Amino acid sequence: MNEGLAHFVGDWHALLVLLIAGFLPNEIWRLIGLWLGAGVDEGSQLLVWVRAVATAILAGVIAQILVQPPGALASVPDWLRYAAVASGFVVFMLTRHSIFAGVVSGELLMLAGKWWVG
Amino acid sequence: MRPATQLFRFPLALPALDSPQWQSSLRAFALGTRSVTSTVLTLVLFATYVGIGALAHDTHFSLGWVLASTLFVWAGPAQIILLSTLGSGATVVQAAVAVTVSAIRLFPMVVSVLPMLRTPQTKRRHLVLATHFTAVTLWVECFRLLPQVPRERRVAFVHGLGAGLVSVSLTATAIGYGLAANLPELFAAAILLLTPLSFLLSTARNCRQLADLLALVLGLALFPVVAMFHTGVDILISGMTAGTIAYAVHWWREPQ
Repeated sequence: MNEGLAHFVGDWHALLVLLIAGFLPNEIWRLIGLWLGAGVDEGSQLLVWVRAVATAILAGVIAQILVQPPGALASVPDWLRYAAVASGFVVFMLTRHSIFAGVVSGELLMLAGKWWVG
Repeated sequence: MRPATQLFRFPLALPALDSPQWQSSLRAFALGTRSVTSTVLTLVLFATYVGIGALAHDTHFSLGWVLASTLFVWAGPAQIILLSTLGSGATVVQAAVAVTVSAIRLFPMVVSVLPMLRTPQTKRRHLVLATHFTAVTLWVECFRLLPQVPRERRVAFVHGLGAGLVSVSLTATAIGYGLAANLPELFAAAILLLTPLSFLLSTARNCRQLADLLALVLGLALFPVVAMFHTGVDILISGMTAGTIAYAVHWWREPQ
């Protein structure tokens, strides 16, 4: 039983790493948001700015995955990654903002392109 | 049984704002959990966490470790960054810095979600769990669903929604961990492409004002430029700059 549990959890050092490099770096920003956000009004100008920055940081995360692809995504050529996301966006616009249609067509274009490139 | 087409059309309607169903917090929690089935983002989340589970297996982390990371970190990109930096032999400090930068986006997300949840009676400690659940999926869904939820039941609703999304993700993490050895490279690439695709489209759908749309476009365009300087905080610099320019344009066009 104890051995099974040890196998499931792994060593305690790894859990400490998860706490320091995973949990705390994320939770700290959430708690700062909770702390500072309490005084912010829903329609305030500050919130418009904060939302614009959040959106732009998210855009940065998206761009980073496309420009500097992790793992297996690096096996897909640059032009194909960009074309897949662009086509997903076009379909999303054409289908009156269907995320499902956009995601599926972007993925299909990537798979078709990868098959065609070989 | 609902017809299969409805699964993709998300017809799930919440009760009217004055419906007696909203009188119970427990019922609001259940309605929040059920809303998990009303969005394609749940499928995206599922696939993303299958990918994260597989990545954890390949980088020799235990199943318990990666499940704990899904539960406690609860931010897909951060978990991918954490696994790939630790897996490539980086120090704990290097991994912590990379994850901290990627997580900054959570701060404005929390700030924009919380005002939708608060009532004059709400204490800060009532919002701690909702704050933890806040990540891109919950953020997008809050903007979509909360206008249909009476204000005094929104915290319970978000707790249900968050618990549902976390449960789906924990299941997917375990499945991905189990399947890891059998995942072909093409499938792994397709899963990794899901994150930018779904993040882009869900953010685009959440754009409510010119400032939001402009921030998205400028943020995409500016990152590759800033990345050429290898500052280590490229996302922070391009995000702050693009977001502030977008706000300035908004302010200039609609003086308060």
